[in-house]
Amino acid sequence: MSENIIDPRREDFPIFECLGAAYLDSAATSQKPRCVIDAERDFYEKLNSNPLRGFYPLSLAATEAYENARKAVCRFIGAQSPKEIVFTNNATSAINLVAYSYGLENLTPCDRIVVSIAEHHSNMLPWQMVASKTGAELVYMKCGEHGEFSDEEIERCITPNTKLVAIAAVSNVTGAHAPLEKIISAAHSVGAVVMVDGAQSVPHLKTDVQSLDADFLAFSAHKMLGPMGVGVLYGKRRLLEEMPPFLTGGEMIESVTVKGAVYAELPHKFEAGTVNAAGAAALKAAIDYYDGVGIDNMERRELFLTKYAFDGLSAIPGVHIIGSDDHKNHTGILSFTVDGVHPHDISEILSSDGVCIRAGHHCAQPLLAHLGVHASARASLMYYNTTQEIDRFLESVSSIRRRMGYR
Amino acid sequence: MDSKSFYNEVLLDHNMNPMHKSSLPDATCRMDGVNPSCGDSLTLHLKIEDGIIKDGSFSGIGCAISQASADIMLELITGKSLDEAKRLSELFLKMIQGDATDDEIDELDEAGALRDISHMPARVKCAVLAWRTLNELISAQ
Repeated sequence: MSENIIDPRREDFPIFECLGAAYLDSAATSQKPRCVIDAERDFYEKLNSNPLRGFYPLSLAATEAYENARKAVCRFIGAQSPKEIVFTNNATSAINLVAYSYGLENLTPCDRIVVSIAEHHSNMLPWQMVASKTGAELVYMKCGEHGEFSDEEIERCITPNTKLVAIAAVSNVTGAHAPLEKIISAAHSVGAVVMVDGAQSVPHLKTDVQSLDADFLAFSAHKMLGPMGVGVLYGKRRLLEEMPPFLTGGEMIESVTVKGAVYAELPHKFEAGTVNAAGAAALKAAIDYYDGVGIDNMERRELFLTKYAFDGLSAIPGVHIIGSDDHKNHTGILSFTVDGVHPHDISEILSSDGVCIRAGHHCAQPLLAHLGVHASARASLMYYNTTQEIDRFLESVSSIRRRMGYR
Repeated sequence: MDSKSFYNEVLLDHNMNPMHKSSLPDATCRMDGVNPSCGDSLTLHLKIEDGIIKDGSFSGIGCAISQASADIMLELITGKSLDEAKRLSELFLKMIQGDATDDEIDELDEAGALRDISHMPARVKCAVLAWRTLNELISAQ
């Protein structure tokens, strides 16, 4: 292996001690290192109390663990202040928060919403809802066959009446990188805000929301070595401050009378009800793990693994990779079809050979329809995968057509 | 479940060389079926005369299991009465749930090749799509 490519510490991931299969479905959810699992358990064993409420030391310690997680996220994505970091259940609930609290409040029938055709349903359906409730026009920004967005298409879609643009930094189907700088600058030039879905980018690419100048960024902990049940919404402070609460109830108020309430300051205004403090603490452990290995080292290793799998898959007759011809524009995601074999049968055969992949429409039906593909199989890689696992995958894929009865 | 043995010859043959995947210009009725878990769809066409299924065909996109299952089903029900077709489809669903006896599975003829689906919960919806659609079509008569 090349000198610049680090070896993964497989022993850090307990699941690999019992999982015989090659796990190539990290775009669905990543595996968790022991430190993350320990952090979640430690919270319940040593700190369990309701954070932000009690005045006794245990509750203060729980609050501190929760707020330390917020600071870690703030630093990890380069936000200006922890007040810009709202914990949610997952990326979907983060995007819905923006749709309800920003979209429904600010959009009118004169306005336009631009959504990329490559969006996961989670960054598409909330905007369909906002368009239908506010009367705003919904326009889809179309990508080319390699998942790329042209300057002309960006210009065609982002018009002076555009108020919001929804775009995934990395497609969960093609792994292609959206030209975020261009899209954000085009949106800002007409006064629109941009909702970036970072679910597939934050776990794999160094993120700096300030240099990106994104208005909102959503991502999920569970795709970045962290636990399920925690997501993050980053929002520019100015925007978040002007937005009304999404959910109302406990822990998001300053004072309440029978007539009404004064809402808490950021970010608590958006965190109604008891929070997932243990999950947040475990997300901090995941961020610490990224820092320990170095996200640059992970990126390099993932690029190396992507090239290895891309080259191998490209060489198999009857196999077609969806998206870019350049492995660098796949971010560890290789969606593919096999001539004459339905993706569910591909997945079934890989499964019997001990390889876990995803098959279907990947919650991105409009993109597949746009690309003229009914469904696809998807292998997705992460830092901890090995070339041996990819070899097993490639060997199995090579045998599929023969095993389905083709000569 | 090992798919090396699961994708048996009967299933592969019906998938590769379906006898009923065609148009049926003189069909008397049709019904669409969708597998919501994967988006696969299937349209069933039947030619029914005097309560007897004279002929049938299907169209649509699906995995080997859903395609073979539809083809085997049409082979089995052609020439049968609607009541008999309904009884067989209920028997098939019983087999997929793992509740059918060997004698009952024998009645299903080649459809018995799909009996092991009962051990593959993720693929049950693929196997039953055509049969579920048939049930709806018969109920609508």
